[in-house]
Amino acid sequence: MRRRLPLVLGAVGAVALAVVGVRAFLGLPGAGEVPHPYAARAVAAAYAHTTPNAVVSVTLDQRGFDTLGEEFVLLAAAIGTVLLLRRLAEEAHEDRPHDYGPEDVFEAVRLVGALLLPAALLVGGYVVLHGHLSPGGGFQGGTVLASGLYLAYLAADYRTLERLGPPGVLDTAEGVGALGYAAVGFAGLIGGSAYLANDLPHGVWNSLLSAGTVPVLNVAIGLEVGAAFVLVVAKFLEQALLVPREDGDDGGDRDATAGEGEH
Amino acid sequence: MTDWILGLLVLLTAATATVVVLTRDPARQAAVLSAYGLMLALTMVALAAPDVALSQIGVGTAAVPLIVILAVARCERAVRASQADRAGRVGRPGDSAGDDQERERS
Repeated sequence: MRRRLPLVLGAVGAVALAVVGVRAFLGLPGAGEVPHPYAARAVAAAYAHTTPNAVVSVTLDQRGFDTLGEEFVLLAAAIGTVLLLRRLAEEAHEDRPHDYGPEDVFEAVRLVGALLLPAALLVGGYVVLHGHLSPGGGFQGGTVLASGLYLAYLAADYRTLERLGPPGVLDTAEGVGALGYAAVGFAGLIGGSAYLANDLPHGVWNSLLSAGTVPVLNVAIGLEVGAAFVLVVAKFLEQALLVPREDGDDGGDRDATAGEGEH
Repeated sequence: MTDWILGLLVLLTAATATVVVLTRDPARQAAVLSAYGLMLALTMVALAAPDVALSQIGVGTAAVPLIVILAVARCERAVRASQADRAGRVGRPGDSAGDDQERERS
């Protein structure tokens, strides 16, 4: 009897949700058919600030303050993860040398990773810098940049990842990105108008240096998001890979080959 | 024509989402989650939302499954280590080398 009650309650809830959901979906206007009052105004506002990508115009210009909040949500989440996954004193085993797991990678994987790493970094940078012109922006470009560094780990090992993105540099990049976004907002205040107002010159339609503050904000977000994703995944990698070495000789050899492979 | 593609993609998204729910092993679930994320991203492209699709691929298809797999690897290693520890103690009662190492470490 008691066991059945949650099931019944769950079933009633699921049926109710299905009925309401289907009714709501049937009431939606078709995609791109009926002009939406907000969409019409948002596109006009994006056009007025010479931002071809109306989506980014909404997130970084017209509703830039909301994105500031999201930015700090991500920052808080990344800091929390790094804090939770730090190596505690009793986990450190200072008396024993440590190994970051095996680094025997197939040559094909190594080759593909080496070829894809610059491509990923280039695409990520492009997506960040062209966020106001084409689909993308700081968040999307930042995740692409971060995935480039994951490729470095796949193709080589944890130490290579650490060398490409030292934790200190990533920490700084994350902080500078988050602070940079807020600072651009204060620049609007100093310029004599509202916080995060898009008062920079709007430039020529569809050129790289246009849309006022939007590309600046995109670079700040790209820095923060890319750094945050690499930091968080690096912490998980550290937790998954860090093992006390079984015997010193084997680990020593591995270190030597890792050092040679780097050049 | 576009309606037909959109309908197919929505069905594929629903099907992969169901597979994610029905997969019980977390490591396998992460792989299926990645496929589901890709279907969701394609649906977003079909709905003319490439910005959201890019975010979805970056987070839902790459980062989240990777983090899940790393967390599973860490947990399984901890479980294996504790099992090996227990087996070593029970299997070789006379050999105290393992216990000495334990004392050294702590």
